[in-house]
Amino acid sequence: MSDELTQRVLKTIASAQRIPVEKVKIDSTFEELGIDSMDGVNILFALENEFNITIPDEAAKQIRSIQEMVDGVDKLLNESSAPAA
Amino acid sequence: MSDSSLRPRVVITGIGVISGIGSTRDEFWESLRLGRPGIGPITSTEMSELRFRNGSEVSNYSHTPYFTDKQADFMDRFAQFAVIAAREAVAQSCVQWTDELKDNTAIVTGACVGGQSSEDACFHDVYRLNKPRVPPLTIPRIMANAGASHISMEFSVTGPAYTVSTACSSASHAIGQAYWMIRNGQVSMAIAGGSEAPFSYGILKAWEAMRVVSSDTCRPFSKDRNGMILGEGAAMMVLEPLETAQARGAAIYGEICGFGMSSDACHITQPSAIGAARSMRAAIRDAGWTPDQVDYVNAHGTATLANDVTEAAAINQVFASHRPAVSSTKSMHGHALGAGGALEAVATVLALHGGILPPTANFNLRDPDIDLDLIANEARHIQVERAISNSFAFGGLNAVLAFRATKQK
Repeated sequence: MSDELTQRVLKTIASAQRIPVEKVKIDSTFEELGIDSMDGVNILFALENEFNITIPDEAAKQIRSIQEMVDGVDKLLNESSAPAA
Repeated sequence: MSDSSLRPRVVITGIGVISGIGSTRDEFWESLRLGRPGIGPITSTEMSELRFRNGSEVSNYSHTPYFTDKQADFMDRFAQFAVIAAREAVAQSCVQWTDELKDNTAIVTGACVGGQSSEDACFHDVYRLNKPRVPPLTIPRIMANAGASHISMEFSVTGPAYTVSTACSSASHAIGQAYWMIRNGQVSMAIAGGSEAPFSYGILKAWEAMRVVSSDTCRPFSKDRNGMILGEGAAMMVLEPLETAQARGAAIYGEICGFGMSSDACHITQPSAIGAARSMRAAIRDAGWTPDQVDYVNAHGTATLANDVTEAAAINQVFASHRPAVSSTKSMHGHALGAGGALEAVATVLALHGGILPPTANFNLRDPDIDLDLIANEARHIQVERAISNSFAFGGLNAVLAFRATKQK
């Protein structure tokens, strides 16, 4: 995935969590960033809006890290841009 | 602390219910004791744009057997439910109204979201259809106290009447407040409970966004639980002192013995075992009991990942020396928000009255993190004496009611 996408995800997380973007690294843990379950849901909402995607509940439940958020967004973007069969 | 032997005992002499598992008290109880859930596709709202489909809806509801068209114009669905349940409770109680009794009867109802369908319709007209005007009855239909107001007009009850709004604990707070008012001699009778009708598109979208609603069904305490199922309906009880109930020969369904409240003061949505345990202990203390006397817990049991494991930990903190039987009837009637505590209080009273503990339906798999004596799928035929009903709201506001079986005449 592109570095640009990663940066956009990190920026969206920082904005939703109301923390400086410099604090959010790809390997930051939710704990380090003070992200609890409700914050997590709020971040998913921000990502859905930023990338115009829909994150299914089942996928949302699996997400445990920032890296998984980036990977998940990347996957959903690829699915939505895939040519119709 | 007051001496519990000096205060009047308060009993339940009437029960009314309308819910997704029955439109009368008897139908509700029949479903509970058979472990029969009322969960299926929501039909009263367009659901195609939602990630979930199911709820516990009052099936084929129409106002017509209960209200004239003119009456219904003034009442949102949630207020209609409140009056329907209150009528049944008052009829069962065979209340002989006098002017004095009307002045000395309280009405306390729980409601969380109020007249959501009416609010949604108003906003739809204004924002979507750009209509220049909306129906003038919109405000009286939306207001959360409408249920209490319509009950007071129905019976010309002129005593204290109000509505408590503490999200999922609303009705438990309402019943507890009504109980204390009678116990303290402020009123001589009360109609108390809760009502809710949350199936409007806007509020369902908001629930969807929280990602706590199940895509299939409600499996409290089961390892494969995946969220709550919303419900609607109402339950109301008539409460009065034991002495007056006996004097007038009223049927007695059970005794309300204690009420406890607490606030988690830690998070707006995440539950706290410490806060939940404090409210259970407060109710047991208010009843003058010790924890080892409690035989059955009607759990808050929403089937969210967080609630059930936290509630189980709280129950184990409170009942350290023995294991009361536990079930969540939300598995059948769903989470009716501001009516939830009332449906569950009624379920608890009927369990004590009928000698049958209703099960947690839809239970599949034991969760290693939940160590409780769960009544799974099949009701337990056992006459127990003391029970509590738990309500733990978003916002960390907890309310627990304590009930005791009364000897059958």
